[in-house]
Amino acid sequence: MAASKRERLAKWTVSGPPLLYLLVFFAAPTLIMVLASFRSPGEFGGLAPFVDEAGKVDLNLESWARFFTEPVFFEIFVKSVWYATLTTLFCLVLAYPLAALIARSPRRYRDLLLLLVILPFWSNFLIRVYAWMIILGPNQALARGVNAVLALFGHAPVPLLFSSFAVLVCLVYVHLPFMVLPLYANLEKHDQALLDAAQDLGANAWQRFWRVTFPLSLPGVYAGAALVFIPALGIFAIPDILGGPEDTLIGNLIKQQFLETRDWPFGSVLSMVLTIAAVALAALAATIGRRGAGGGGVVRA
Amino acid sequence: MALLEIQGVTRRFGTFTAVDNVSLAIEAGEFFTLLGPSGCGKTTLLRMVAGFDLPDEGRIVLDGRDLADRPPEARPVRTVFQSYALFPHMTVEGNIAFPLHMSGTAASEIPAKVAEALEDVRLVGFGKRYPNELSGGQKQRVAIARALVTHPPVLLLDEPLAALDAKLREEMQIELINLQKQVGITFVYVTHDQTEALALSHRIAVMNRGRIEQVDEPSRIYGFPRTRFVADFIGHCNLLSGPVTAYSAGVATLDVAGLGPVRALASSATIGAPASIALRPEKIRISTSAPADTADNLFRGTVHDLLYMGDVTVYRVKTPRGTQVEALLANSQSGRAKFFEAGDAVEMSWSPDAGHFLAE
Repeated sequence: MAASKRERLAKWTVSGPPLLYLLVFFAAPTLIMVLASFRSPGEFGGLAPFVDEAGKVDLNLESWARFFTEPVFFEIFVKSVWYATLTTLFCLVLAYPLAALIARSPRRYRDLLLLLVILPFWSNFLIRVYAWMIILGPNQALARGVNAVLALFGHAPVPLLFSSFAVLVCLVYVHLPFMVLPLYANLEKHDQALLDAAQDLGANAWQRFWRVTFPLSLPGVYAGAALVFIPALGIFAIPDILGGPEDTLIGNLIKQQFLETRDWPFGSVLSMVLTIAAVALAALAATIGRRGAGGGGVVRA
Repeated sequence: MALLEIQGVTRRFGTFTAVDNVSLAIEAGEFFTLLGPSGCGKTTLLRMVAGFDLPDEGRIVLDGRDLADRPPEARPVRTVFQSYALFPHMTVEGNIAFPLHMSGTAASEIPAKVAEALEDVRLVGFGKRYPNELSGGQKQRVAIARALVTHPPVLLLDEPLAALDAKLREEMQIELINLQKQVGITFVYVTHDQTEALALSHRIAVMNRGRIEQVDEPSRIYGFPRTRFVADFIGHCNLLSGPVTAYSAGVATLDVAGLGPVRALASSATIGAPASIALRPEKIRISTSAPADTADNLFRGTVHDLLYMGDVTVYRVKTPRGTQVEALLANSQSGRAKFFEAGDAVEMSWSPDAGHFLAE
């Protein structure tokens, strides 16, 4: 039994530190947030004392009730889900052909092409967002060109910057690599013999894609969708910088509650809602993914 | 007119000629095998029939129609791939129904056709399984059922049994023969395994370096190889070479180095011309003393080494002048597992009709 004891020790030595890290920096803060969502805001921000002078424990549902009774918050939440959904769809449509192209290009070019996909990560996220501010600015070629075309049809000029359009374009731009990489990892493993077989059995190019390639790529699609949807749902910097007044998303709301309004309990409620929604959607995607893969047959991420 | 005609087909890859002016006529209902070592062009030829590759020269004609401008999906032939190529995300039924969906078969007819195909390959009850839940042999049968379900005129099989173990391969060979008889579809079978080709085929085309060496029935390929390559490639063969020294009454005599004069039947021979005699090991008799009934082709030697294979033993006999001849004896005589030991002095003999004369 000495060996198994040593194995156990080795196991804990390896998995212990990351486990501890997650407990301290993820599980504990989450618990603190859960608790905070049931407490009252303090007079000057933060939280009210947990036990007041009268000995009364501060636990209530007021912040939760506020979220569910004032429709504006739920509307913002729905809008955030909608933006994240659109971002995911646009990313999928743009990333799929790109990933397929890389997966089918000669092996010696693949690494280079992948490098190009992740190249934007080499510059700072905020700088890339501000770059869009310049690209979409009213005096730039893009805005002038668009408005010139609109003028031909007798349409009044529209601003590109500080609009939902700007927010969506940047959301898609920022998240695109997260869709390309898992899709590529999946498509790269596809067996050419399956496509040959499908063709031999009478399938044309579209049928080969729709009946063989696409269903087999679903694990990659789900992985990419989760990697895009979840961060897009909580984003605040992009609507802050590029959005108009209507483009307040749940991420902006949370930031406001903690940094401006200083209503920590309500900020915690919003964060919880966001976390629960993200986890629920990820679980749903995983379930569909398993079923779509068929009898647990081909789970290739 | 033959069902499938390959007319002067050539395929080059750069400077390498994979298929070199090949012509074949394959009849309806035939089990036809392309046999040859790897790289001989047999798979390239098959892929051109399927449409995955196009000939540089020549035509492929199916049922009187040139297939040149038809992509694979528009050709009525079906292929069974060596790797099975089953769709992992579909059940066995889904796989078999795939070509039916592609050909626009009415949905109401599909279940019956799938069931029939499953019955043909003896996989009734496996319809709901996924490919990863099947054994190699079962996967192979699904691949065959999927290819046969639309009743194609020609089925192309690319080394379909190569991935199976020896015992299963033998079983599948018998099943393939029966299946082909039952469905009556022309099979064009590619293999590098000569025993498989001999066991399965009605006719065999032996290919070497992109060319057809011989097209014949299995027994003629084995018994009457037309070239040295065929003789050497099909089964084991002693190739005894030397100049023709005499020819009379249909018997040629060759002066084989290290052995001496060897006589074999020949329809014609030129005195002085180099020739070979292909002699199967099982046609050689070996004994401790010279047999009384023959004076032809009698040589003395010693057993150099031997390979005991259970049912038979292969002896390599060395003549005093250093030539090695392979002889094979069935171990059918009761009470003895082996007849001779290494070092035994033996007499080898064979009649003139045992060897096959090959002019060079």
